[in-house]
Amino acid sequence: MSYLDEGHTIKSWLTSTDHKRIAILYAISISVFFFVGGAAATLIRLELATPAGDLVSHDTYNRLFTAHGVIMVWLFLIPSIPSVFGNFLLPLMIGAKDLAFPRLNLLSWYLYVAGGVLVLCALAAGGVDTGWTFYTPYSTMFSNGYVVLTLFGVFVTGFSSILTGLNFIVTVHHLRMPGMGWFRLPLFIWAIYATSLILVLATPVLAMTTLLLVAERLWHIGVFDPALGGDPILFQHLFWFYSHPAVYIMVLPAMGVASEIIPCFARQRIFGYRFMAYAILGIASIGFLVWGHHMFVSGQSMAASMVFSLLSFLVAIPSAIKVFNWTATLYKGSLRFEAPMLYALGFVGLFMIGGLTGLFLASLALDVHLTDTYFVVSHFHYIMVGGTVMAYFGALHFWWPKVTGKLVPDLWARIAAVLIFLGFNFTFFPQYLLGVAGMPRRYHQYPPQFQVLHLLSSAGAVVLAIGYLLPLFYLAWSLRYGQRASANPWDARGLEWETSSPPPTHNFTHPPQLPERVYDYDPTSPRAVAQ
Amino acid sequence: MNSTLAEASSIARSTDLLFGAMLLLCGVMAIGICFVLLFFCIRYRAGNRKVDRGVVGRKLGVELTWTLVPLALFIVIFTWAAHDFSELYRPPADALPISVEAKQWMWKLQHRNGKREINELHVPLGQPVKLVMSSQDAIHSFFVPAFRIKQDVVPGRYTTLWFTATQLGEFPLFCSEYCGSSHSQMIGRIVVLAPADFGRWLQAGTSQPSLAQYGYARFRQLGCSGCHAAGSTVHAPALEGLLGRTVHLQDGRTLVADENYIRDSILLPQKDVVAGFAPVMPSFAGQVSEEDIQGLVAWIRSTGGPQGAPR
Repeated sequence: MSYLDEGHTIKSWLTSTDHKRIAILYAISISVFFFVGGAAATLIRLELATPAGDLVSHDTYNRLFTAHGVIMVWLFLIPSIPSVFGNFLLPLMIGAKDLAFPRLNLLSWYLYVAGGVLVLCALAAGGVDTGWTFYTPYSTMFSNGYVVLTLFGVFVTGFSSILTGLNFIVTVHHLRMPGMGWFRLPLFIWAIYATSLILVLATPVLAMTTLLLVAERLWHIGVFDPALGGDPILFQHLFWFYSHPAVYIMVLPAMGVASEIIPCFARQRIFGYRFMAYAILGIASIGFLVWGHHMFVSGQSMAASMVFSLLSFLVAIPSAIKVFNWTATLYKGSLRFEAPMLYALGFVGLFMIGGLTGLFLASLALDVHLTDTYFVVSHFHYIMVGGTVMAYFGALHFWWPKVTGKLVPDLWARIAAVLIFLGFNFTFFPQYLLGVAGMPRRYHQYPPQFQVLHLLSSAGAVVLAIGYLLPLFYLAWSLRYGQRASANPWDARGLEWETSSPPPTHNFTHPPQLPERVYDYDPTSPRAVAQ
Repeated sequence: MNSTLAEASSIARSTDLLFGAMLLLCGVMAIGICFVLLFFCIRYRAGNRKVDRGVVGRKLGVELTWTLVPLALFIVIFTWAAHDFSELYRPPADALPISVEAKQWMWKLQHRNGKREINELHVPLGQPVKLVMSSQDAIHSFFVPAFRIKQDVVPGRYTTLWFTATQLGEFPLFCSEYCGSSHSQMIGRIVVLAPADFGRWLQAGTSQPSLAQYGYARFRQLGCSGCHAAGSTVHAPALEGLLGRTVHLQDGRTLVADENYIRDSILLPQKDVVAGFAPVMPSFAGQVSEEDIQGLVAWIRSTGGPQGAPR
């Protein structure tokens, strides 16, 4: 009996401590937030189609981009891959029956939803106009929105992150099947593990920062207010100490997904497994030391800017290694291009462009011109959307048969993958050019000379939106009419494919066989086409 | 992109050179990787029967190469960019000081002779200009794309920015740090005039006292002169020629007196007490306006001294 048949009542889902069911709960709630955040993005792009600011008022516009940022960062990107696929796959991939703390896991989901609902309440009540960065003193003294309520939502969601991270770390340490050493872990597990470390170490700083901000706003305690001896730049240090590592919370799991999909569809061992694992740890640890690169023009000392710049270049090295290794994994392989592979290759390309443009921003003198322009907007969308969202969709298509027991209609899935890739570039590449030309970000109206590029970007967003909506239909269709999936439709290695699709409640009916080595693919004996 | 992206300041050329080099380097890398990726995708596609396949083992040499070569390249770029950056914050001693006050949602500028402008800044061609900037409310950011310069303007402290305009004409000025409702309307323009025209423009229609005169008047009205003037009975440091001078503090530290030091000494006098003086000065927080502080700084600047202190 599969985990899906364990009970069909709402209550059987809402009280389940099965990591697989909780993963589904996350997937559903995260999808809701993705489409709410996406709707805000669509309105933003429509507004920017003309320079005049004639679709919505400036206050509405400011609330829209804040809502878009807050929802996408905290309610979609951060929980997306870890909470959905980490939850579903971590125990399966290490041969465990569940996570170390199943009830804590359910609590994490409730906290996530509670935080999300608080944020939505703040939006419904009138929204907040600070931007997702909540810079003081604007957020503490001038903003006329629901700052406290929004921050409270973010605060609660943060605890969900911390508990999930804690749960994953303990699980990886204690529940690996006998004989599974650290260097026999799939790279997805390495990525989830490193992500969990960041979640546990960085999120408390976010919690503290939001509390300080709320206290400052309500009681003027003077931590950030210069009139009371506080320092507005201090807020930026605290904020980015969390929010820069947060980028790696988003992108490390995405790298893990690519490292599972690419070897499988290339029928080739991942190139340089150990370098890949070390690179994950390197990114996670150096990622803690680069927050000041968001503040090169803030007035921080020149010495600080130089150190942060140098460290930012260093963190690019392990990222470059990963791109090289994924590419090298294709060499002498036997490649097939079903939808998951298209997403994974798209991820590599977009992540590479996002990463390389990050080097422009790490270069001090260039950052002065480019920061706070659309160049930055484009750069982080390439990393966070081009990277994380592509990988999330890749994971969705790769593990869909395992999660639901149904195959995805591949032609539709490929069409969507191509549309998303093209739509994405069409939307965000013009924004690099806008940034170089000096277009500042967060502008509700803009000088007319920027219109052509904005219009291109808005047109691209339409293509992108269609690409994102398509899976909603064909995935729903596959649930009802899709072909039944075998235990291992992609002929993949990895313990999650050793059990039935969908897996039974306790994951394995008999203990899985520990493979000789991870990614034991052989390109000379290509797999049968997916059934 | 017309005047937004002209190369209109002395550092624009070097910034663009660095940008070009980065574009070349990153472009070659991106196109190279994309080419290899596509080449492998086509060559090793499952349908291709005429190709050599096999498990690829470890290639330590390859891995070390593509770790160390980018590392070396990155260090070169870092050094180059850091060098250019340090130039951006080292104003020449003779730079023309102009005070900038940012507020929701306008730029207020004041020249040395007291002439004021809003959302428009006239500067002479070919002469270094140093902006001493503070904000009345939120954080703003002074951004002139054509000059390739940007600096946040932060409440409670001065930040500075300097440039030498190298092209006549008008160039957009943006606020690039989000500051609330009308952030996108907090824009203005920089008008670069020939030095003679600038001189005429500066003299036209001003009857206000210069900023330094205003500062000196406030210096007397606020009672500062009671202690700081020469021959006063209270023992307080002399302020003439202070800007840019090295100051020894009571607790053994030394610092270079810049605009922020003067500002802090007025508002937080116990913070950096000069060696050999008793910490008797009261705080003037709440009694002086932003403009007063700007005026006092301007007056101290007018008394000479090394000036042009590094940030």
